[in-house]
Amino acid sequence: MKGLNPGGVWAIYRAEMQRTVRTIFQSVAAPVLTTALYFVVFGGAIGSRIREVDGVAYGSFIVPGLMMLSILTQSISNASIGIYFPKFTGTIFEILSAPLSSTEAVIAYVGAAATKSMIIALIILATATLFVQVRIDHPLWMTAFLVLVSVAFSLFGFIIGIWAKNFEQLAMIPTLVVTPLTFLGGSFYSIKMLPPFWQTVSLFNPVVYLISGFRWSFYGQGDVSVVTSLGFTLTFIVVCFAALAWIFRVGWRLRP
Amino acid sequence: MPPMIHCVGVAKRYATGFLALDGVDLSIEKGEIFALLGPNGAGKTTLIGVICGIVSMTAGKVLVAGHDVRRDYRAARQAIGLVPQEIALDIFATVLATVSFSRRLFGRPSDPAYVERLLKELSLWDKRHARVVELSGGMKRRVMIAKALSHQPDVLFLDEPTAGVDVNLRRDMWALVRRLRDEGVTVILTTHYIEEAEEMADRVGVIDKGRILLVEDKGALMRKLGKRRLTLRLHNPLAAPPEALAGWPIALEDGGLSLTYAFDAASEDTGVSTLLKRLAEAGVDFTDLETTKSSLEDIFVDLIGGAA
Repeated sequence: MKGLNPGGVWAIYRAEMQRTVRTIFQSVAAPVLTTALYFVVFGGAIGSRIREVDGVAYGSFIVPGLMMLSILTQSISNASIGIYFPKFTGTIFEILSAPLSSTEAVIAYVGAAATKSMIIALIILATATLFVQVRIDHPLWMTAFLVLVSVAFSLFGFIIGIWAKNFEQLAMIPTLVVTPLTFLGGSFYSIKMLPPFWQTVSLFNPVVYLISGFRWSFYGQGDVSVVTSLGFTLTFIVVCFAALAWIFRVGWRLRP
Repeated sequence: MPPMIHCVGVAKRYATGFLALDGVDLSIEKGEIFALLGPNGAGKTTLIGVICGIVSMTAGKVLVAGHDVRRDYRAARQAIGLVPQEIALDIFATVLATVSFSRRLFGRPSDPAYVERLLKELSLWDKRHARVVELSGGMKRRVMIAKALSHQPDVLFLDEPTAGVDVNLRRDMWALVRRLRDEGVTVILTTHYIEEAEEMADRVGVIDKGRILLVEDKGALMRKLGKRRLTLRLHNPLAAPPEALAGWPIALEDGGLSLTYAFDAASEDTGVSTLLKRLAEAGVDFTDLETTKSSLEDIFVDLIGGAA
């Protein structure tokens, strides 16, 4: 194996990003609109009855959770559709027969999916500042969490896209697993507000760690320690990488 | 110079247990047009898939321009352009965008002049800003060919190139194939339309049930296996072959109005003059005569039939 094919990686990355531009409403406007609705409902209507959580105004408190909610769902859907669609239409043959390593293909697809969800998260952040006051205590850590979680869930989405044999399977994991875990992971509340039993149960929800770490980078406090959050995120990336390495080695559901 | 394609003992067993390739040995030289003939399910597409990196092989070895398709896959795939059987395109992209994408995917620097020439040659230039979804089926197939040639490959695979293709595209495609050959590009096409192989190929390989049955120079194959037929239009219908010709490979058709005789054109004594003499002696009169060469199709049916 000689040489690399950065041109090929760039070609896929660009094509994937152009797909976003082509579907600008679905890709960008929809999440922004949804977030604005969350602020109206949770921030305005319900938030006015909750004074503060951990010393942070409720409207501000939910900002990191809302961003995380979008990052998780967007990363998974972008990356899974990104690879599933070529499988569905047959254009995958071109990627498989190109002088491109599996790692390069993953970098291109996952990189594009992660980029998109980061852009959307930042747009949501910008939208949020129109409604509430947002403070970021640790901008570098905020960026690190943004990047790592986007990459982690884009990898996860990529795996789902390879695994899925039809559109129903494609939607199954995001709808049945990820969305519930995110809602129950403290997007809209601190798990400290729960009765002790449910607090313990929540600790088995991986999304709690992601949201907690991300919220810490904003307001300096989270439900669990930031080191645990970071460790969890990195572990998730490593597990996804290992799974992908296995998939490509045996050609599972890609190369018959 | 190594052969363009070199397959040694290539086998492919799918997860279902189906053995699609059963020890294929095949060598294709640089610059030739090679036709791989075989019925549906013979293993043609699987063999192409293995060479191009779309299907993983169970056993064997494939070299493309001397590069192992597994160890040195970048160099091997760089040399290959593939037009698969099914049209598969990003329908929302424009013609120019999707062709340029293919070129970049293969790591080639952009070359607008080359892409322009390619699109013009395939009558796609006027449609370059049209989205693929707006194109007709024939135009989409042209886009598939343009994509395969976008990175200037040394070998082009055309898998069933003319299935459901109109006359214009067929003509353009063959003109393109000839131009490519003149430039030293190797062209490998699979087909079950034998006329195609007969018209285009330098060499023909026949594959069935995952095994290569023969590989031969097309002319030699026609000479070696080709039979000729003599057909006589008779003046009066015959109820049965004349007794003087008992045991001869003759047959009566058209209600006894035509008599056909199959013979080996390569042999010294074709028997034609004896046949005519005996017919005259038997008082059988004829109004017209015609001889035809058997086509590759007849040869092919014979081969596959014999192997089954």
